Amino acid sequence: MSATPPTLETGASRAHPASSLALFIAFSLLALQGFGGVLAVAQRELVDRRGWLTRLEFVELYAVAQLLPGPNVVNLSLMIGDRYFGLRGALAAISGMLLAPLLVVLALAASYQQLAQYPAVAGALRGMGAVAAGLILAMALKMLATLRGNVLGPALCTALGLLTLAAIAVFRVPLAWVVIGLGLGGWGLARWRIALLHARQARIRKEDESC
Amino acid sequence: MLSTLPAADLLELFLRFLMLSLLSIGGAMSTAPEMHRYLVVERGWLGEADFTTAIALAQAAPGPNVLFVPVLGFQVAGLAGAAAALLGILLPSTLLSLGVSRWGATRRDTPLVRAFTAGLAPVTVGLTFATGWLLALPFLADPARRGGALLLIALTALVTLKTKLAPMWMIAVGAALGAAGFV
Repeated sequence: MSATPPTLETGASRAHPASSLALFIAFSLLALQGFGGVLAVAQRELVDRRGWLTRLEFVELYAVAQLLPGPNVVNLSLMIGDRYFGLRGALAAISGMLLAPLLVVLALAASYQQLAQYPAVAGALRGMGAVAAGLILAMALKMLATLRGNVLGPALCTALGLLTLAAIAVFRVPLAWVVIGLGLGGWGLARWRIALLHARQARIRKEDESC
Repeated sequence: MLSTLPAADLLELFLRFLMLSLLSIGGAMSTAPEMHRYLVVERGWLGEADFTTAIALAQAAPGPNVLFVPVLGFQVAGLAGAAAALLGILLPSTLLSLGVSRWGATRRDTPLVRAFTAGLAPVTVGLTFATGWLLALPFLADPARRGGALLLIALTALVTLKTKLAPMWMIAVGAALGAAGFV
């Protein structure tokens, strides 16, 4: 159990996986239940049913997982596995999350090549594709709400978001340039806003003291 | 379809996805537009329909959405392509995440890290909108079925926002409507 993040307190009384194999099985089971996204199932299995994490620990880990590059649920598995059994646990959790669903989706992809001759199958895939587009748009709309407390403020957030959208969807700028250019820009702007905020708080504190 | 690419192309695919991995802030789906640009526009290895199919299959199957990546690789170059794509997209981000989560948990409230989270958030949201737009685009290009597809996309977004219905059911409805020729 190496390098436990401080947000995770492993008390002796807390429920925990018995072995890497138990981690692998638990993550395989929850991944196989996750149609259209694993996050909700992961929360129910790990927090509500197994009690390996508290609700707050889950949210905090997810926030970190979201911030890092890579699939969020894979990062989440990695951190939880690492917490219990180090690198071995991280590998067990990730392979649990990916192995069984990978076999399922590749079997689907392989048989789709034969099934695609039937117009109904091609139509079904078209319909599923439209739903997939709707799910992602809804996810994007939900993410808008998380910008509300952003230190950048609404105007800068809107500008950065619209610039990103236009660069990718309209001008087809390579992603690397967008993330490096606008990401660094956003980081710099946020640093500036935080510095402004601190300066204002310090000034208010000083005025309060002089009163 | 199990025909594989020349080894040099397979290696290039792997290296491209290695690089994309570190850019996939907000999830692998945020790199979908770039994968589209590379696989469909630049190299012509996949058609528009193949690309949409890969994402639809991964959404329909259980498991993390990142599995659309090995499906894309599989469509390009069979099992070797699937392995190259999946390892490429996961290896750098996973190693980085392991390092950062061990190192950075104590420093989350410093201005530098807070600025990083805040500054990248609007970019991530913009990327997610771009992905949705690019996925919806092929449906808008076909005037005969544009109406039905648009309606289904809008309805899905609405149901997702307003209810707790599991995506599995929406995908089943989409499949049924599509099979019946409404979309």
